[in-house]
Amino acid sequence: MDSFGGRDKVKSPKFGVVVFPGSNCDHDTYYVLKKIFDLDVIFLWHKQSSLEDCDVIILPGGFSYGDYLRTGAIARFSPIMNEVINFANKGGYVLGICNGFQILLEAGLLPGIMIKNESLNFVCKDIYLKTGNNETVFTKGINGKTTLKVPIAHGEGNYFADEKTLKELEDNNQIVFRYSERDGSITDSANPNGSVNNIAGIINKSGNILGMMPHPERSSDSVLGKTDGSLIFRSLVNNIFN
Amino acid sequence: MFKAKVLIKRRKTILDPQGKAVEIGAKHLGLINIKNTRIDKYIEFNVDTKSKKAAEDEVNDYCKKLLANPIMEDYEFTLSEWTPSEEEIK
Repeated sequence: MDSFGGRDKVKSPKFGVVVFPGSNCDHDTYYVLKKIFDLDVIFLWHKQSSLEDCDVIILPGGFSYGDYLRTGAIARFSPIMNEVINFANKGGYVLGICNGFQILLEAGLLPGIMIKNESLNFVCKDIYLKTGNNETVFTKGINGKTTLKVPIAHGEGNYFADEKTLKELEDNNQIVFRYSERDGSITDSANPNGSVNNIAGIINKSGNILGMMPHPERSSDSVLGKTDGSLIFRSLVNNIFN
Repeated sequence: MFKAKVLIKRRKTILDPQGKAVEIGAKHLGLINIKNTRIDKYIEFNVDTKSKKAAEDEVNDYCKKLLANPIMEDYEFTLSEWTPSEEEIK
């Protein structure tokens, strides 16, 4: 258990993990925050209209509403999303993982869209991530690490945006994670799904909404043999009130 | 050459889970008058035959054997004379 040493527990953020019909990484995320980090975390049912004073909202991975129509398209209109959007627009911290990222895109909280993987296959494997911006609350703690080894598991993670949007993302340093080789080089062979510019995760301009396809919650417990994902949660906890 | 436009519809008596799930989204949006959402498939392709009859036969074959499942789906299609664009020839 990692309880953040001398940190005053009262000042630790409260996490809310939203559960949509079809979410399947909700319990993994809850487990990591509760059992690995010893943090205050609750589940938020998608029909709720209150975020119950959470400081960080996590939209977990899964297949909300069976991925029907488009991934995330129906979950985006779940009752709780009105609150999540208000919260995010007021500067609240929101992390969308995999399907959660897709929901953030459909909700317009982040720009761009997700299309089917170039290979047409569902891809489930460990990949390496190069951090492109170490100044966000989600990534400050990653400083010094060349790449993160984190698993992906998705059929539609092929990120696409028009040139104008891409330029904005680049200019504002919003591309937080790119698929890379182990040494950090950005190559086509390191791109598992055809994402434009190897994009794996982006943040909004204000720096409070992060969407990422890889699963940090699946690489946070040392029992699983990899813990790089925990750096993202740790960074959030250490920097959110600073 | 002909352009085939095929519409494949799940039989009304068979549950359409996708339509049902999407309609939940409509309710959440406040669109309370939307009823019986059904999501069908629309498929377009070219058929490179001289006669319309030959094209019809081949489209029927394609629909029966692959595009539609005759146990739960019905299909209908239209065929029109078609000159492929340069992009299509590529």
